[in-house]
Amino acid sequence: MSAYALFKKDLASELRMRYAINSLIMFIVVTISVILFSIGNERISDFLSGGLFWVVIFFSAMSGLSRAFVSEEERGTTLTLQLIASPTTIFSGKLFFNLILVFAMNIVVALLYSALFDSFVLKNLPLFIYAFVLGNIGIAIASTLIASIIAKASSKGTLYPVLSFPILLPLMLTLIDLTKQAMDGATFESSYVELAVLGCYDVVMIAASYLLFDFIWKD
Amino acid sequence: MIWKIALFLLISFVSIAGIAFPIVAVPAHWYEFPFIMGLGENAKIIFFHVPTAWLTVVAFFMSTVYSIKYLRNKDIVDDIKAHTSAQLGMIFCILATVTGAVWAKFAWGSYWSWDPRQTSIFALLLIYGALFALRSAVEVEEKRATLSAVYSIIAFVTVPFFIFIMPRIMRGLHPGSADDTNAGPVVNFKMNGNMLLIFFLSLIGFTILYYWMWYVGYKSMLYKEKLNKQYH
Repeated sequence: MSAYALFKKDLASELRMRYAINSLIMFIVVTISVILFSIGNERISDFLSGGLFWVVIFFSAMSGLSRAFVSEEERGTTLTLQLIASPTTIFSGKLFFNLILVFAMNIVVALLYSALFDSFVLKNLPLFIYAFVLGNIGIAIASTLIASIIAKASSKGTLYPVLSFPILLPLMLTLIDLTKQAMDGATFESSYVELAVLGCYDVVMIAASYLLFDFIWKD
Repeated sequence: MIWKIALFLLISFVSIAGIAFPIVAVPAHWYEFPFIMGLGENAKIIFFHVPTAWLTVVAFFMSTVYSIKYLRNKDIVDDIKAHTSAQLGMIFCILATVTGAVWAKFAWGSYWSWDPRQTSIFALLLIYGALFALRSAVEVEEKRATLSAVYSIIAFVTVPFFIFIMPRIMRGLHPGSADDTNAGPVVNFKMNGNMLLIFFLSLIGFTILYYWMWYVGYKSMLYKEKLNKQYH
């Protein structure tokens, strides 16, 4: 069974139930509304709006990305999955699904955010897009790995953010820094180190995930 | 037994030397330390605060080593050894944070300034705190051991970044950060000979202490497991 077939299966099942589309979009709208209500009429600084952007993205990811493995546990199809595909194929399939989900969610967040927050103005848009793409890949990889770890634990809902946040922290700090630089209008040359950090994080996490997933998956 | 007495004497000497030896502008005797620019009297923390941070790294590293061993052999004793080491690492991480915060009050005026090194040690606390949360959430012993071994390996990948790289490339207040003009007394080993000696004796003493604590810890946990299994 190929990873692409696994991805199509997950996609078909999501489109049938529309869980991801409905609940996650509502979650994003609710989170942004809460922030807007708590700010009220005050004007927040650029840096603050940039930081809050990634807060919204983090919590949306925590809400939505564990479904890849937890849904298999809930439906009782984990054993079947273990029989029909190798661990690497499974991880690739789930990762691809989570990548598409992360990109879809974060594009919605970015569009809503730019529309609703006045101080979220990006002077260097290409830099932000580079950071956005690399950051989303990193979020997807780390979240998929941690989702596979917590799928077998109890109290999954609370455990997932607790485990993911420290692993995602280097990524988040760099992304917030790069967003601020994009808002200030910094050039690519001056942000090169941060972009390199993002790239390194992606490479390290994907290598660690593929190496470790065998141990997590097998009983 | 004899090495335990020797360890006690060593750590007592280091503690007394670290606290009592005076810091003067021009050291004249073997028991005097020179004045370091930017640090002054509070430089003495280096004999206690840096060893706790060092032990954090050593303990987390040993935890990862035993985790890798567990994944290869599936021997539960390796998981117990890794867990004990992680617990000790957590204790020393908390100690390093607290001693650092107390020193920060004297050196920078406030207990917590979100300096990069303070932020990174806090992130380390969160990462390994999450390891204990994971352990308490899995009931089956073998699955718990496998999952915490995997998480321990992932967590250790971030440790060199948080302890050695991030605080040195970012601008901050802690000695050794990107805008520290003295380049920190530890990194380039330009400390005075006496200070260097006491400092390394302190490191060695604390490392042997860690080994002793780890040994006692894992043996007691092993016996507790065996007793539990016998009577249940």
